[in-house]
Amino acid sequence: MIGDGINRTEGPRKVAGQVPYSAERRDAGDPLHGFVRGAAIGSGRITEIDTTAAEAAPGVRLVLTHRNAPPQGDLADLGGLHDAKPELVDDRIVRYGQPVALVVADSFEQARAAAMLIEVSYDREPADFDFFAHAGGGEVQDVSAVGDFEQAFAEAPVSIDATYTTPYHFGHPMEPNAAIADWRDGHLTVYLTAQMLNQLLDGLALTLMLDKADITIDSAYVGGGFGSKIGLHCEAVLASLATRILERPVKLAMTRRQMFSLVGHRAASQSRIRLGATADGRLTALGHDAHVQTTIRDDWREPVANVARALYAAPNRLTRRSHVELDVGAPEPVRGPGELPGLMVFESAVDELAEKLGMDPVELRLRNDTQIDPEKNRPLNGRRLADCLREGAERFGWDDRPIVPASRRDGDWLIGYGVASSIRSHWQMATDVRVRIDPAGLVTVQSDMTDLGTGTYTIMAQVAASALNVPVEQVQVELGRTDHPKGWGSGGSWGSGNMSVATDRACSAVREKVFAAAGKGFNDIFAEVRRHFPNGVEAIGHTIGANDDPNYKAYSQFTYGASFAEVGVDAYTGEVRLRRMLGVFSFGRVLNAKTARSQLLGGMIWGVSAALHEGGDVDPRYGHWVNGDLAEYLIPTHADIPAIDAIVLDDFDEHANHMGVKGIGELGAGGTGGSVANAVYNATGVRVRDFPITLGRLLPGLIARG
Amino acid sequence: MSDLFVTLRINGTDHALSLDPRVTLLDALREHLHFTGTKKGCDQGQCGACTVLVNGRRINSCLTLAVMHEGDEIQTIEGLGTPEHLHPMQQAFLERDGYQCGYCTPGQIMSAVAVLDEIERGVPSHVTHDIGAPPPLSDEEVRERMSGNLCRCSAYPNIIAAIRDVSGGAA
Repeated sequence: MIGDGINRTEGPRKVAGQVPYSAERRDAGDPLHGFVRGAAIGSGRITEIDTTAAEAAPGVRLVLTHRNAPPQGDLADLGGLHDAKPELVDDRIVRYGQPVALVVADSFEQARAAAMLIEVSYDREPADFDFFAHAGGGEVQDVSAVGDFEQAFAEAPVSIDATYTTPYHFGHPMEPNAAIADWRDGHLTVYLTAQMLNQLLDGLALTLMLDKADITIDSAYVGGGFGSKIGLHCEAVLASLATRILERPVKLAMTRRQMFSLVGHRAASQSRIRLGATADGRLTALGHDAHVQTTIRDDWREPVANVARALYAAPNRLTRRSHVELDVGAPEPVRGPGELPGLMVFESAVDELAEKLGMDPVELRLRNDTQIDPEKNRPLNGRRLADCLREGAERFGWDDRPIVPASRRDGDWLIGYGVASSIRSHWQMATDVRVRIDPAGLVTVQSDMTDLGTGTYTIMAQVAASALNVPVEQVQVELGRTDHPKGWGSGGSWGSGNMSVATDRACSAVREKVFAAAGKGFNDIFAEVRRHFPNGVEAIGHTIGANDDPNYKAYSQFTYGASFAEVGVDAYTGEVRLRRMLGVFSFGRVLNAKTARSQLLGGMIWGVSAALHEGGDVDPRYGHWVNGDLAEYLIPTHADIPAIDAIVLDDFDEHANHMGVKGIGELGAGGTGGSVANAVYNATGVRVRDFPITLGRLLPGLIARG
Repeated sequence: MSDLFVTLRINGTDHALSLDPRVTLLDALREHLHFTGTKKGCDQGQCGACTVLVNGRRINSCLTLAVMHEGDEIQTIEGLGTPEHLHPMQQAFLERDGYQCGYCTPGQIMSAVAVLDEIERGVPSHVTHDIGAPPPLSDEEVRERMSGNLCRCSAYPNIIAAIRDVSGGAA
């Protein structure tokens, strides 16, 4: 049961288009429609805002600006997940596209048209939008130092010192952020597409100055998240303000273009990576200095320099981060925070070192493998990085790689192979799950957890069915409501660990109640429930947070993987095509082989995207996103992705939790981008250190090599 | 702006509507008729989530106005199959896990059905090497033709496997 690759339980309804996402919910009846007007400057003040024409436009019920918006909770200095996020507070503009007005009308078309009738005048103020003009500098934070890095690096027989950059990334789930807010009888219900419900509830209640008990957030189906639906954003706040004024349900969905400025991005980064090694490839010095963008108001700082802290052994280590506050909007977590950009560049640097050493890049990684966390001096439980590398090399045919860069051709195509390691923190958060058995023969599992496409509905049904020894068809999983038992939602790759542990424990507690009543063993739990609990029986199961779990004091918890890529690069145009790719992963026990593989493949494709496609460009003069739509902000399409595969080394990590489970939502991306970048170098002999690797960045090197 | 009358024929049934002429076919389906299987991913023809068949051809329903479709045969995901009686393409997506969040999925499935029909009818694509000959039922052809349908969960390998299961073709 656990581990079986069964189809998603909600799958038949998803492929039939019968699953209602937030903006499609009909629970509140016909809603009014909102539309946000965004600021046309990146920094400054609104000097005049004339809403007369908009207010007179057909169908318009409400025009909300900073002049008439209701009082809201104060924006905390550091805008964390639980803090208030008021909108339309004053005349100050801190980022391009910031809401300056909300129009609510009978129809979407009326609201959109009226929003364009608002006349706004601004006083632009000097601002700083250009990350790449701020190389390094700033206060150094999050320092981890072991030994004497500087001396070891200076004395290393072989070393590399290279600087890489990664651009702004956006999550862009296919379902845009949207809310339907419904205020009736003194209670606010928000049908919201979201990842972490009770955390959002904290922020929403503070913003609206309402008691948490007076708000319910419902997020039963979520069309992808990738970080974009963790934070509290304007669609929830503005729709809630409007429904309280109008006492009608109000729907507010972001347009795709608005998602560039109304949802946060992954910060751009610059990394200086310094590696020192002995001539036989043992690392003696490992250094990563990262510099990232943030804003004056927000404290999320992409942890780019953390990624190698437990990746390889080295006696002397120095990793740290600095940041620059810019006026381009707040960074937020995007899938693989820290790791996706950090591992991509770090694993590029390891490839550069292998080249300098004249070593097989797989062998270099194996030589610096460790079973002990080199900074915390405790075991790395379930670490099978070496198995991932060896298994991947064997299956991929790594022995057949072009050892000399730019040495293999297929017609006009230069062929190269690349490899990279992946490592991802495994976290655990305090989580409650309720399991109920009804005499009619139904098991109900309830949680405020969400399913972003992650397979949560399915794996929770599998865990409960297995624990209670009932068919999976008799388990009904109910997710996505703040009035269900509280956990930490989807994010940080912690969902499957948190949920499977708490669900299993809730099932055990229910079984114990039934056992106590029956006074004997039983085969048919439903028969015993009918006999002893005519009204049903239920229990709560709990997962403790990492800070309270002895496992997290005794061990350093991570998941692992290795990625192998083959690319072709057109010798004349520099066009890069992925030809094939394999990922091998180890993360303890698999809960569902089918959905796990899908999530890993999806993550790997995010790695390909970071290496070759994605990057948000900000206009350094005005601060707006120049390529702010899905035609210009490139993500992979079908034509970009050949047959790729993900292999799982199925296992059971008893030091993670009693279920042996660790999360995989972000592991697939991991260092995958690095394997693609290294394959491009292997194909061409040209090292591009600024991501993504576009034709424009590759061609000068190709031409120089002739 | 005064409303216009239009009768939309959707999945074989006529629906008489009085619509603001600015309403797209996508919003007519979703907001006025509650056929919410057709998704709004970008509202500007860049993601394919709103793909429907009009007179047998796939189009982005966000890029066309509803009032332009009087008399057209419109097919949406709801007309293809139901959870109890899935179309073979829907069944293949289910079995192959050709989706994760499910939001782009109706558009992918409508596109996939149309792609196989286009290849069957000999319509060439950007990657058809010999436009004088019938296009092959290759993975390359299918990938090219499916590239107007974005999937951020990146279920692409499983989607291609699902289409292959239905077509019985391609290496």
